[in-house]
Amino acid sequence: MADNAGNGRAPTRGRLAENVMHFARALRTAGLPVGPDRVLDALRALELAGVRRRDDFYWTLHAVFVDRHEHSAVFDEAFHLFWRDPGIMQRLLHSMLPQLEQRRPPEQRPEVSQRVAQALGPQTKPGRRDEDQEVEIDARLTVSEREQLRTRDFESMSPAELAQAKRALMHMRLPVEDIATRRYRPRAGGGRVDLRATLRASLRGGGAGIPLRYRMVRRRRPTLVVLCDISGSMSRYSRMFLHFVHAVTNDRDRVHTLLFGTRLTNVTRYLRDRDVDAALARIGQVVQDWSGGTRISSCLHAFNRDWSRRLLAQGAVVLLITDGLDRDPDSSLGAEMARLQRSALRLVWLNPLLRYEDFEPRAAGIRTMLPFVDDFRTVHNLQSLSDLAGALSGRRRRAA
Amino acid sequence: MSADDALTVALPDSIDATMRLMESANYVADRRLATAVFLSLRMGRPLFLEGEAGVGKTETAKVMAHALGRRLVRLQCYEGLDVASAVYEWNYPRQMIEIRLAEAEGALNREQLAGDIFDERFLIKRPLLQALSPDAGGAPVLLIDELDRTDEPFEAYLLEVLSDFQVSIPELGTVQAEEPPVVIITSNRTREIHDAVKRRCLYHWVDYPDAVRELEIVRRKAPRAAAELSAQVVGFVQALRGMDLFKVPGVAETVDWTNALVELDTVALDPDTINNTLGVLLKYQDDIARVEGSEVGRILQQVKAELSAAADG
Repeated sequence: MADNAGNGRAPTRGRLAENVMHFARALRTAGLPVGPDRVLDALRALELAGVRRRDDFYWTLHAVFVDRHEHSAVFDEAFHLFWRDPGIMQRLLHSMLPQLEQRRPPEQRPEVSQRVAQALGPQTKPGRRDEDQEVEIDARLTVSEREQLRTRDFESMSPAELAQAKRALMHMRLPVEDIATRRYRPRAGGGRVDLRATLRASLRGGGAGIPLRYRMVRRRRPTLVVLCDISGSMSRYSRMFLHFVHAVTNDRDRVHTLLFGTRLTNVTRYLRDRDVDAALARIGQVVQDWSGGTRISSCLHAFNRDWSRRLLAQGAVVLLITDGLDRDPDSSLGAEMARLQRSALRLVWLNPLLRYEDFEPRAAGIRTMLPFVDDFRTVHNLQSLSDLAGALSGRRRRAA
Repeated sequence: MSADDALTVALPDSIDATMRLMESANYVADRRLATAVFLSLRMGRPLFLEGEAGVGKTETAKVMAHALGRRLVRLQCYEGLDVASAVYEWNYPRQMIEIRLAEAEGALNREQLAGDIFDERFLIKRPLLQALSPDAGGAPVLLIDELDRTDEPFEAYLLEVLSDFQVSIPELGTVQAEEPPVVIITSNRTREIHDAVKRRCLYHWVDYPDAVRELEIVRRKAPRAAAELSAQVVGFVQALRGMDLFKVPGVAETVDWTNALVELDTVALDPDTINNTLGVLLKYQDDIARVEGSEVGRILQQVKAELSAAADG
């Protein structure tokens, strides 16, 4: 019986369809981008693959619903939560058999929707989770205790301030040249002959003579990766830097932002929100280590290990915003900085806390980091975004 | 391929059949990958394989082409890949000669000349167009390799190709595939691919294999290695993957290393040989410096202990 079920055409009509739809909704609530089209795909895939084995069922849905490696964990949890009832596979198979297709007794419906509600709901009964999941939650709590957990409110920026900031950013030039791409754009008198345009032009003229058309290499701005310190010593500037990064993110493509204090958080997705206050509010909720200590070395290590290959591949400029005051400086800081510099097209360090142009770096962290920086900017009296944009646009100054 | 190529194999009708098919081409697939491959074949959807370098993503496409008896069309991506090198290009020198000839004959009819110039004779087909053209041996397997190396404009172009399996050539019209090719896209995730591309595909993250499967792969790809050596190599590599390295070795490195050790007439691992050949396995100086020396000895002892425990148990 079960063997027929795999190739039967029933699933699209039976309870399975309903459950897959609910499951897709649960995934959507959990943050996976699962559109209605995926549900149809999933049903077709299940028809093809059959649902005789639990792992096939799992990987079939996985192939359709997941399109990022990071989402695999969410999917895994949702799957086991949603389909955990051991009886459900049995009922699933039954529901697909044509002869059992007739309407189910109504009393079974509430039970299903309750289970769905549970999967959808924010609080799940901890007693029903497996043990290692609980352990994981415990571990997370202890880590959090050590760090200073604070969620920050951001004051909103006045419209005048915003307008001024945008003006400043328009004129901002990073101390890097645009990168030549391998694409071309038409240009009279440009470097190379554009054969295709030439031929078209020649035909327009009836083939009498071949007027040459030219093209030249297109240039683009390099990818920008911002690593911003949000620890206690930087707290005065955090808000302004986030406004700055938000403006830059919405002004050009290929901008990635990671915040670090005691741990590293990628906030690029939130910064894409057009509304700066909404974006910063989301970041305030997500980032857990506001105004705590700094572990520059371990955060750079995390960046080098987890992100550098994904973000720095096509020639990226890294903008490192930190005061360089490491809570526990150790020997690995230099090595991590060296790796970062080698992976990036250019490493720019912006230090807002050093007030003098000709300062003597005394803190050990700063002295360790300086040799690996391509460009070093100190900013005194940093009050506004225009100052910041101005400082970054200034003439190139090689560090050390 | 020859016209009487009757080797074209029918598409598998179950996940098990897919696994057997891949195994027949000497590829040890786990069931997850086989599920994704099977669904992609049956649903006619491109398969998007993402994963670290050297886990067998490109190999999957080659194996599928081989096992299904189809032609493999490979498009290697790079930044700035454009239509002229990915889809088609006109043969300009020949076109210009054609114009001169027409001029010399004095028969200058504009309409006719345009028709003559933009004729299929002068069309140079690049991989994407090749993959859409009819083929005696069945629709080819199209491998779009390392899509993350190219840039957003090309991704956007790819959308049309992937959803309708057609390309438009302004001078000729639209070319549509009679039978859609089997499309496999790989990415090393040096950059996030746009969701619009992924939405049209089935996604699979190719992970490092577990010890059992890796040993099976080594047995097949490095058949000359002694059984003990293969087991030690796999144990050593698996231990390295647990370490905090900048780039842990992939399966390709495991196979390379085994072959290298065979060339050195090694029958069992010893610290000196490992230290001398570490460069086959680890490709970053920082990583080599971390592992070299005492760490190698420690891992090797641990691996040997585990293997003997497994043999006793």
